[in-house]
Amino acid sequence: MTLKALFAATATAAVMFSLPAGAAQLTVGFSQIGSESGWRAAETSVSKQEAAKRQVNLKIADAQQKQENQIKAIRSFIAQGVDAIFLAPVVASGWEAVLKEAKEAKIPVVLLDRDIDPSGKDLYLTAVTSDSVHEGEVAGEWLAKTVGDKSCSIVELQGTVGASVATNRKKGFDDVVAKHPNLKVVRSQTGDFTRAKGKEVMESFIKAEGGGKSICAVYAHNDDMMVGAIQAMKEAGLKPGKDILTVSIDAVPDIFKAMAAGEANATVELTPNMAGPALDAIIASKDKGTVPPKWIQTESKLYTAADDPQKIYDSKKGLGY
Amino acid sequence: MMARLPRHGLAQILALVMILAVDRMVSPQFFDLRMQDGRLFGSVIDVLNRGAPVVLLSLGMVLVIATRGIDLSVGAVMAIAGAIAASLADSHSLPLVLAAALGTGLICGLWNGFLVAVLGIQPIIATLILMVAGRGIAQLITEGRIVTFTSPDLGWFGAGAILGFPAPVVIAAGMLGLTVAVVRGSALGLLIEATGGNARASELAGVGTRLMILAVYAWCGLCAALAGIISAADIMGADANNAGLWLELDAILAVVIGGTSLFGGRFSLLLAVVGALIIQAMNTGILLSGYPPELNLLVKAVVVLAVLLLQSPRLAGLAGLAARLRGARLRLKGAKA
Repeated sequence: MTLKALFAATATAAVMFSLPAGAAQLTVGFSQIGSESGWRAAETSVSKQEAAKRQVNLKIADAQQKQENQIKAIRSFIAQGVDAIFLAPVVASGWEAVLKEAKEAKIPVVLLDRDIDPSGKDLYLTAVTSDSVHEGEVAGEWLAKTVGDKSCSIVELQGTVGASVATNRKKGFDDVVAKHPNLKVVRSQTGDFTRAKGKEVMESFIKAEGGGKSICAVYAHNDDMMVGAIQAMKEAGLKPGKDILTVSIDAVPDIFKAMAAGEANATVELTPNMAGPALDAIIASKDKGTVPPKWIQTESKLYTAADDPQKIYDSKKGLGY
Repeated sequence: MMARLPRHGLAQILALVMILAVDRMVSPQFFDLRMQDGRLFGSVIDVLNRGAPVVLLSLGMVLVIATRGIDLSVGAVMAIAGAIAASLADSHSLPLVLAAALGTGLICGLWNGFLVAVLGIQPIIATLILMVAGRGIAQLITEGRIVTFTSPDLGWFGAGAILGFPAPVVIAAGMLGLTVAVVRGSALGLLIEATGGNARASELAGVGTRLMILAVYAWCGLCAALAGIISAADIMGADANNAGLWLELDAILAVVIGGTSLFGGRFSLLLAVVGALIIQAMNTGILLSGYPPELNLLVKAVVVLAVLLLQSPRLAGLAGLAARLRGARLRLKGAKA
């Protein structure tokens, strides 16, 4: 905890005392939520790479999951007169006051990964987020295409009950399943987005479905649960990826390892590259005055064993997932 | 008859049998067993295997609670031990990995014991410190990632088997045997109960209450570390954010279902283990039932309430009173006629 606090303090200090950049170079302040998950760490390191690629001076402030720290960071960015502010909001509400200050200072704000309440809609330039309903659809469509006309009993590992990501990923998948009468979700339980619970739930699915022989595919709302489920299938003497198809979401490095070993079939990427499109939008609006759309949807890319999973694993494992 | 049930642990065993019967109803193949890669395979084995970490936690927790204490940090200690074991597994030999993880658990337990026994801090606050800080320590060790390992030696603690039984089940059973032998085979259990019953009086009577308290927290830390090793071995990785999360509450619940009073002074190791199995039999049953996950917590709450009501002496007294009243009314009617 103290280390984190120290880090945050130095980050804030660095933000406050750094010298103004050259006129040509853009300076962007990024208020990051904190290190809540591996994906978040990957987002931070990818943001740095993307900024370096475009010669943008990116200042990152770690908020340690606290809104008050984010508001402080935004105020200090305004005081420094940065060219743009990126914000990954930790919560949806309570941003009106500070975003108005940014607007008055004529500093455009771009939301990354998460949206805020609709009341703040005219206070930011654009939001770069993924569409989690669409992620579920991409997963469902891959499965529908892969099984063709064969009838297929699917078991589903849901995310945490009540989490909007879980609700949306379920809805997107269910929408596709509803269009294909040969697909049927026979069991659906929550695995709380964790490996251990994913494994435990999959063990019970296998027992409840006659040793797993009637299961044709597993759909997991995230890759971590799928990694656990793959272990459960192997321990039950089944061959994941062959006897039972797998499709999950996130594209974390370990699922590519499983894919390279032939134990997983497909994953839909929640890209950690939210800063890239955001930087492009800022640069375009500064140079040409282009007004970006209010919502920039990131690509939900599907990866399968055909995409050289070993290579992707090697490129992703260094990102901090 | 109901009035006599709670005293001898029959209520707990009855509850376990009832839950297993319900499990059999929702899932007809519940008691089916077969061998799979030299390991027994079936839902009953799942109950034992998945229940093993909470069984281990409850073995430590029951002794702590017997001294009128509580240990909220066991889930965090699991995460620390798992993180250490997973980080060292691929580069060091198994004895060293185990020594490091178990040693850390022991140190965590001694820290809790020191705060409670020597500094006299209330147990709930003393262990809350490590509950919060411990997860942070585990996250520092894993750097916030899921640290995976490939060492089959450590993996055995999750996927191995002895005589067909999964390794976690054998380890938990062994620890139960060891704890019962040490605590009940000597006067230690009595001294622990004395400490919880009345620490001042016991101190005056010559019981080393401080040492007792220090010892039970240390044992609790050790059991938690073992549970952490099993959990990490199970998924071949350490997930510092989620390993052991909220399991301290399951362990406390297991102890309470097992009839041990939170006010200390008496305890039952065996019934705490039955309590842990009740919780797991219920969890596995819910997973097998196919009910929507929104109902999980509700079902759990209702079952726990029912099990506790089954043990309540006051409720049993009320039931007895109602039966007597009915009997009296019948006699009255008979007299009138």
